[in-house]
Amino acid sequence: MRSTVVRSTFDRSVPVWIATAVTLVLLMILPLGWLGWVSVSSEQGATLANYVQVFGDPHLQKALWNTIVLAFWVGTASLAVGVPMAWLTGRTDLPGKRVIRALIMASFVTPPFLGAFAWVMLAGPNAGLLNKIYRGLTGSDDPLMNIFTMPGLIFVVALYSFPYVYIMIVNTLELIASDLEEAGAILGASRLRVALTITLPLAFPAILSGFILAVLQALALFGSPAILALPAGFHTITTQIWSFFQYPPKVEQAAAFSIPLLLATALLLQLQKRLLGRRGYAGVGGKTGARRPIPLGRWRWVALAGVFAVLACTIVLPYAVLAKAAFAKAWAQPLSWDNLTLANFTFTFFEYSATRDAVINTLELGIMTATVGAVMAALLAYVTNRRLVPGHQALGFLAVAPVVIPGVVLAVGLFIAYTRPPLVLYGTLAILFVAYLTKELPVGYAQADTTFKGVHPELEEAGRILGAGRLRVLREITAPLAKSGIIATWCFVFIGVIRELSASIILFTPATKVISVVIFDLKEEGQFAAISVLGLFMLAMTFGIVLLMQTALGRDFLGAKD
Amino acid sequence: MKRSRSASSSSSARKPLAPIVLLALVLAAAGASAQDARVAEARREGKLVWHTSLALDSAQRLATRFEQTYGVKVEVHRSGSERILQRVMQEFSAGIKNADVVNTSDTGHYVLLKRKALLARYTPAGAERIPAGFRDPEGYAWGWRAFPLVVPYNTRLVAPADVPQTWKDLLDPKWKNRLVISHPGYAGSVVTQIIALEKLYGWDYWAQLARNRPMLVQSIHDPGRTVMSSERAAGVNGADYGLLYTERRTPGATLAAAYPRDGVPLIFSPTAIMSFAPHPSAARLFTDFIFTRETMQILADAEGLYVAHPDVTYPPDRLKLSELKMLVVDPEEIDKRTEEVKKRFVELFGA
Repeated sequence: MRSTVVRSTFDRSVPVWIATAVTLVLLMILPLGWLGWVSVSSEQGATLANYVQVFGDPHLQKALWNTIVLAFWVGTASLAVGVPMAWLTGRTDLPGKRVIRALIMASFVTPPFLGAFAWVMLAGPNAGLLNKIYRGLTGSDDPLMNIFTMPGLIFVVALYSFPYVYIMIVNTLELIASDLEEAGAILGASRLRVALTITLPLAFPAILSGFILAVLQALALFGSPAILALPAGFHTITTQIWSFFQYPPKVEQAAAFSIPLLLATALLLQLQKRLLGRRGYAGVGGKTGARRPIPLGRWRWVALAGVFAVLACTIVLPYAVLAKAAFAKAWAQPLSWDNLTLANFTFTFFEYSATRDAVINTLELGIMTATVGAVMAALLAYVTNRRLVPGHQALGFLAVAPVVIPGVVLAVGLFIAYTRPPLVLYGTLAILFVAYLTKELPVGYAQADTTFKGVHPELEEAGRILGAGRLRVLREITAPLAKSGIIATWCFVFIGVIRELSASIILFTPATKVISVVIFDLKEEGQFAAISVLGLFMLAMTFGIVLLMQTALGRDFLGAKD
Repeated sequence: MKRSRSASSSSSARKPLAPIVLLALVLAAAGASAQDARVAEARREGKLVWHTSLALDSAQRLATRFEQTYGVKVEVHRSGSERILQRVMQEFSAGIKNADVVNTSDTGHYVLLKRKALLARYTPAGAERIPAGFRDPEGYAWGWRAFPLVVPYNTRLVAPADVPQTWKDLLDPKWKNRLVISHPGYAGSVVTQIIALEKLYGWDYWAQLARNRPMLVQSIHDPGRTVMSSERAAGVNGADYGLLYTERRTPGATLAAAYPRDGVPLIFSPTAIMSFAPHPSAARLFTDFIFTRETMQILADAEGLYVAHPDVTYPPDRLKLSELKMLVVDPEEIDKRTEEVKKRFVELFGA
């Protein structure tokens, strides 16, 4: 069998690439095509009436404006927090860097809607625990902060968006040669002046593109505005699109309202690509020499306190309040012995019948999407890195293209495309699978791409020269080398699926609920305790599975390396 | 039903007692075996998909009781009435036939579903004694439970003198930022309330109320919880059963309810079987089950609900419906005005 492959001029792998390409087109073109078509359709034929209706409605204009305000300030706040933190952990002698990085990663894994929910308990204007403490200390009648306001929403969304800025900048700072900074210091510039006049301009493209990433996050988010903006009586684009599905559904308007979000995302990403693509910065490009961390002196502890204050807001306080609510009879009451209970766990896991099905559905979808997604991402990254088919650049582009589609918009497209023949996927887990796969593919691809960039083609070429077919080389040489990278891809996709809400909330049916949807259902019902239990369980499950994957498959790799 | 008829015939005839007793026994046996056959059929169908707006804990308890009695699993989908309609209709228009029994607190839904021929006609056992207010004249939907919509408030935050006596009291600026309201896009009972008060005071009432900027929540049970957590002092609406009822009976409770003098909206929650129900036998068995006196007595005792069964007794601390000035809105009117209500609400309250 194998020998025929070697002799044949037709590489058996070609159909694999074609199939992958076709799948990609189907994942993207079908839903987006339907989305575009439905947005201009009416019973009388093609029309712009939906757009006129949607953009002429003052209430909807307000939702649009709210989204712009939210996105802009989230971007700005994320910079204000992310840039100094990146500089402190990347360039200075700040203590506890490992812990800080681990906590920032933890805030990455935390679903933003869970964070938003925790902040309802922390900073609700009257019952919020922080506001109660503040009132107790100051005797004031006014709250310290009211989370049910636009600033409150910006605050919470920024807490879970700044890590995007942080990672962007930290990675760039590592590439910036420190000799320029040292030259500045030798010429007598103060530490602050060096940071502001040398480091900052060098990192500028990364800062701007971090800003754009944070803005994109804020634009696409559904859960946080649904939890914080709706009680305050305002909408954002995403919550508005979701509202269009109330009976009787206005799918045409939802489609029309989705288009500007899609365009804005595409535009911003294009801008980001340009910024990163510019290579006019001589100082960025490679590590040179050893880098001495900048001593902070007596500011060390002040800086550390500042960093931990931020991390307390993203991780420590939210999880503390979730844990409290999970074990309390009444979340707003102090945690005394009579307020302690395990009943919330009993209810959530044994009495509430939706839990079990949702856990099974979520796990099934998480594992399926992560597995298929990792394989697809790996294949695609392999093809594009090794330039195996003509037009491989286009394949790479297609793999990252879904990044421009916010979850809600993707869901509207999929809803329209797959509630009608020939493919009625709505009502099955398949439609969620398609949504998750499309949504997570770019992340997976980026990860796999980095992995294959690190696997040298010489080894593969050696294998082929010795007579092995491409698939055999792939299996026996490339795969073992790329294994840990692929496992990382798997984990990224899995985490993304578990915390997904914005597409799920439109695509689920009662028979196909996932955990995030059940949590949202419970939120609408006001069941704080059950949400806390499920939220903590969801995190434990995510960490558990990721750890399992890493130890079960990762150790093997490490062992082979020794 | 068969059994009760045979019982009455045996009491009317006196002389030839033995054959009648025999006949009654045979009929009873036949009834019993008919019941066995129904249960077997329901078990064969395997499960039942129940959409209900009954408070989550209550719904879950009831489902468990049914499972224990008949060994048929109940898939409970608890959500707000309007959300239920959205989900059921979204499924139906995609050709998915999943829902068996639907119970919402928006009587207008049953007018709509009937018009679309989506309901199966079924008369639950003992239906002939269900009072007029609980009946659909055509026998498609049956009022199962009812509850008043009241004003929940926190006794630590609202002084006795400040407790709202009428709906209009809530318009006082002193309530600014201190109220919480449930949403008509989610909770069906709120649609009824909005129409009822609009008929009393016009849309102006709701426009003025919006100026007090109440916090918007979704479920009709959430205002009670929000008030209990002291996030807000009082609620513009709260279902007077479930948490609001059980919590305020516990000693030291800070949650209380006011019944406005100008009228309390009475919300009926009908139940119906879908025409396309994939588990029709289980659906009928379940419908009979929830209409038994036993089930209804539990709903009245444990949840504080008013129910259709005339023999159910109510706890002594429960107000009699006849003692309240009730506001009832005609189902046809609710059906006609639901969209208008939701639209106006969003315009006034912002979301």
